[in-house]
Amino acid sequence: MSIIEMVLIALVYLGIFSVAGLFLVLLERRVAAWFQLRIGPNRVGFQGLLQTMADALKLVSKELTGTEKADKFLYNLAPYFVIITALMALGVIPFTKDFQAFDINIGIFFLIAISSIGVIGILLGGWASNNKFALIGAMRSGVQTISYELSVGLSLLTMILLTRSLQLSEIVEVQKNGWLIVQGHIPAIIAFMVFMIAGTAETNRAPFDMVEAESELGAGFHTEYSGMKFAYFFLAEFINMFLIAAIATTVFFGAWLSPFGITESIPWLGVFWFLLKTLILVFLMMWFRWTFPRLRVDQLLTLEWKYLLPINLVNIVIMAFVVWQNLIIQF
Amino acid sequence: MERILFYILALIIVIFAIAAVSSRKMLRSVIYLLFVLCSIAGLYFLIDYNFLAAIQLTVYAGGIIVLIIFSVLLVHHIELELELAKPLKQIITALACLVGIGVILTTIYSYDFKVIENDTAITTADVGSKLLSYDQGGFILPFEVISVVLLAAMIGAIIIAKGKQVEKHENKRIE
Repeated sequence: MSIIEMVLIALVYLGIFSVAGLFLVLLERRVAAWFQLRIGPNRVGFQGLLQTMADALKLVSKELTGTEKADKFLYNLAPYFVIITALMALGVIPFTKDFQAFDINIGIFFLIAISSIGVIGILLGGWASNNKFALIGAMRSGVQTISYELSVGLSLLTMILLTRSLQLSEIVEVQKNGWLIVQGHIPAIIAFMVFMIAGTAETNRAPFDMVEAESELGAGFHTEYSGMKFAYFFLAEFINMFLIAAIATTVFFGAWLSPFGITESIPWLGVFWFLLKTLILVFLMMWFRWTFPRLRVDQLLTLEWKYLLPINLVNIVIMAFVVWQNLIIQF
Repeated sequence: MERILFYILALIIVIFAIAAVSSRKMLRSVIYLLFVLCSIAGLYFLIDYNFLAAIQLTVYAGGIIVLIIFSVLLVHHIELELELAKPLKQIITALACLVGIGVILTTIYSYDFKVIENDTAITTADVGSKLLSYDQGGFILPFEVISVVLLAAMIGAIIIAKGKQVEKHENKRIE
């Protein structure tokens, strides 16, 4: 592949996903409104479709403010950590057989590695803005991400026992005989539930939004950010949510494979199936957000270390037993 | 192409390694160190050793650096700057560094490097089976030894964290 080709692909990905991120924001607002028996944004464009575009334009044109004694270098650097890691991870997601930018042989591991760097941006942003609330938010986020990363990794590891490969294209290939959540039945379903809980926690969304708990911390780590830099944090949160859903789709629900292979002869429909499954999972995460009340910090850590982690460890043993005794359900 | 990438990465490593030790703001040095570690991961990607690159990113960039940042956040205030060391100490450190560089350079230049025409990337499966093999050249013994060391470290950490509670229990038993 030539350099120009690589740059073009990168630009296309950037373009698609920054717009897709904006539409996820809109979706979130409409879903939130629906849960609260409101209408939500419905004036700009048809059914409010252009609302978040307008918001983005507004954010671009806003003044960038900062605190007096902030560490300017780190303060400006922090948003890029968050957004770049989120966008890098998108490169390995298989949207269809051919629509995958970077099919690396450590696929899932690469995703975990990249997502573990994103938290540095939050920690830096919170510290460098020289604000008590931002600092507390950042500390909480550090604790939270370090803990829940374990569960995300271990629940994916459970599924790796089934796929015998880390490469995402091969993981999809394995699922041609039935999606992994069916193939792995009981341990796979447990792993899926753990993954969704830990994934929601890793994206710092409610009910795990200790990082920016509005009633306690103002806006948490991004209290002092404005304009485009704030927009980066905001966009990254939504891209991360999409990523968690996309990983779950790939690992548990057969990525771009259609149910029972009904559209196997039309490969480009894979994008449709992939996005459909991902959006259903995204909706699930939004559902969590507007249903459950926020956890306290100690409850957050209890949930991870006393429940999710032991469940996960036992689950890996069960999965190993299932694979060893060949109790996999295949069509 | 690869040669250019290598020089870019090497330049980043050298510049930020110097910046990391010369910066007087603690958190900035940590971030410079992070850049160095990420560039090293880039070098691994360049030689197609993806697994080690991902390990480098998760363990060093995602794990150790986050822990360092965390401890810096706990102890360090934004306006603090690190003190400059005394001149005598500076001279001693410079000498020690020069000796270190000398040792490394002589080793590198006296070693007879062989170019291996090997394009096959090492897969994770290979790494895994090698780690658990007990045949010639297997790594099962070091693997198990490291597991035991880690277990000991974890138990130790729990004992230290629980400190007083454990002592209380023991006192009760004595009574």
